[in-house]
Amino acid sequence: MEKRVTFNGKLLPYVLLLPQLLVTIIFFYWPAMQAVWQSFLIEDAFGTSTQFVWFENYQLLLSNPDYYRTLGTTLVFSSIVAFFALSLSLLFAVQADKAIKFASGYKTLLIWPYAVAPAIAGVLWLFMFQPSLGLVSKALQAAGYDWNPLLNSGQAMALVIMAATWKQISYNFLFFLAGLQSIPKSVIEASAIDGASPTRRFWTIVFPLLSPTTFFLLVINVVYVFFDTFGIIDATTGGGPAKATETLVYKVYHDGKLGGDLGGSAAQSVILMVMVIALTAIQFRYIERKVEY
Amino acid sequence: MNNVHLRHVGKVYAGNVEAVRDVSIEIDDGQFCVLVGPSGCGKSTLLRMVAGLETITSGEIAIGDTVVNDKDPSERDIAMVFQNYALYPHMSVYDNMAYGLRNRGTPKAEIETRVQEAARILELGALLERKPKALSGGQRQRVAMGRAIVRKPRVFLFDEPLSNLDAKLRIQMRVEIKKLQRSLGITSIYVTHDQLEAMTLADVLVVMNKGRVEQSGSPMSLYERPKTTFVASFIGAPPMNLLPLTGGDMPGLSLFSRPQGEKIVLGVRPEHLELSSPGNEGHPLALDLLVTATEAVGAESYLYGALGGAGQEVIVRVNGSSTVAAGETVRVTASARHLHFFDGASGQRIDGE
Repeated sequence: MEKRVTFNGKLLPYVLLLPQLLVTIIFFYWPAMQAVWQSFLIEDAFGTSTQFVWFENYQLLLSNPDYYRTLGTTLVFSSIVAFFALSLSLLFAVQADKAIKFASGYKTLLIWPYAVAPAIAGVLWLFMFQPSLGLVSKALQAAGYDWNPLLNSGQAMALVIMAATWKQISYNFLFFLAGLQSIPKSVIEASAIDGASPTRRFWTIVFPLLSPTTFFLLVINVVYVFFDTFGIIDATTGGGPAKATETLVYKVYHDGKLGGDLGGSAAQSVILMVMVIALTAIQFRYIERKVEY
Repeated sequence: MNNVHLRHVGKVYAGNVEAVRDVSIEIDDGQFCVLVGPSGCGKSTLLRMVAGLETITSGEIAIGDTVVNDKDPSERDIAMVFQNYALYPHMSVYDNMAYGLRNRGTPKAEIETRVQEAARILELGALLERKPKALSGGQRQRVAMGRAIVRKPRVFLFDEPLSNLDAKLRIQMRVEIKKLQRSLGITSIYVTHDQLEAMTLADVLVVMNKGRVEQSGSPMSLYERPKTTFVASFIGAPPMNLLPLTGGDMPGLSLFSRPQGEKIVLGVRPEHLELSSPGNEGHPLALDLLVTATEAVGAESYLYGALGGAGQEVIVRVNGSSTVAAGETVRVTASARHLHFFDGASGQRIDGE
């Protein structure tokens, strides 16, 4: 039975909505509008003069090769992180789903990293891989590998990819595990009786049935890598060396906060905003259409 | 030969829970065996052990001449119809049926022929491109059957396949399954908790209780000579009247002869009790009942009577045209060959008059 609540008078529902509306307006819409407004302005470094320039900030940005390089870095970074975060967590989830002994122990341990704040995760990885202090670095150098992410851009990228992937695996793991457990056991049994080997069973039955979860996580992961890896990058490499690990979000911070180019930085964040809106729209469309099988 | 032999099969789960105890059943090639019993009696576990979905703790299961204890489900050449059908939700009806054949590397043309053949038998021809979610319950059931028959397995296993269908469809599918099994001649094991399904489908009926086989045999032999009070009350609807006999006289009951013993249970089926006039003496069993309720189901009616005006309830099947109403007192009688006696303590049948 559907429960319907009716209000007497028109005021009460608005009063009840007010706190949420206030939070949304003050903390989301207002700053977003500010960013949009700011992106139309050019301000000098000391904040003494401001000029309204329409789309000049965007023109400058989109004609700057640096921006495309950062975009490229972001795309490489996000696709590698999303790929590894998804595939490793799926592997872990499948294994944990099979486990009979200590199953809850495994699950708890795999979920823990999610509780670590991004900046802390970055610092952890920084310490392990810091060329002169890190334990892992020492081991790598002892093994004759010239490890120095402070100078080697490829290694710096590898480091932030590892840290970002590690951080996201727990979240993906949880969803994959739930997804696996929602597949009816009898369907798996039926395919076993139908003569499918465990590998074939996974690719023909389990994986297709997980596809709604996988798609959901793919979008979530892309959003995560685009926006939430700032802390990791800032703590680990600071975008360097030579901007090799500078992503779009990091560039917003770098240009605006450190470079003092508020207008350009605002234009960048508006572009990012459009991207996240697009991703969310895809997500919602997909969820509305429900599971596609 | 695709016969199935279960020899002293047992299943113990972790924590020493005994689900199946010392079950031995012989099913000949092409026979339809039904396992029936209340929920939790171990019948589904037993079926899953035959399928290879549960390990066998003790004893052995053989299909044909091969002991399959250590074989994977895929190596046993069986097909199973699940209670919830277990169709692959992301595949079309065609792919659902073709899946098992593809896994075994059957040539494409052969798959096509077999699937079309199964679709024709099961009247699924128009639905082959649909996904399971676009099918009704009965259609899903038929796809599950189709998936089983395209494989031409040695043994069919059915795990309560009709329990999710509505009553009318259930009867229809029951007949279809029976016909199909007859025409294909494939050895089948069928699990159900519905005694009517069990009676109508079985060549070999196995009644299970608490992990053990209470009795097995042809449905009519179980109906006519139940070995225990459990079987007596489980087979037949409404169930057999079971009257515990006390040492002395019981009001309303007159019995010609009874076996010796302290605690004896007398069993008589509702359909074997006949209305007779009060003065009519000389019947092996006569009961005087105060009718408390009547149920007319059309061709027949059931009288619920209290023996001797109180206590023990007795159900009597009478002709649908009977005019007996609640509140009346009636005398019912039964002939000697319809009387069953059981030991009150063990529930075992006592033979010999």
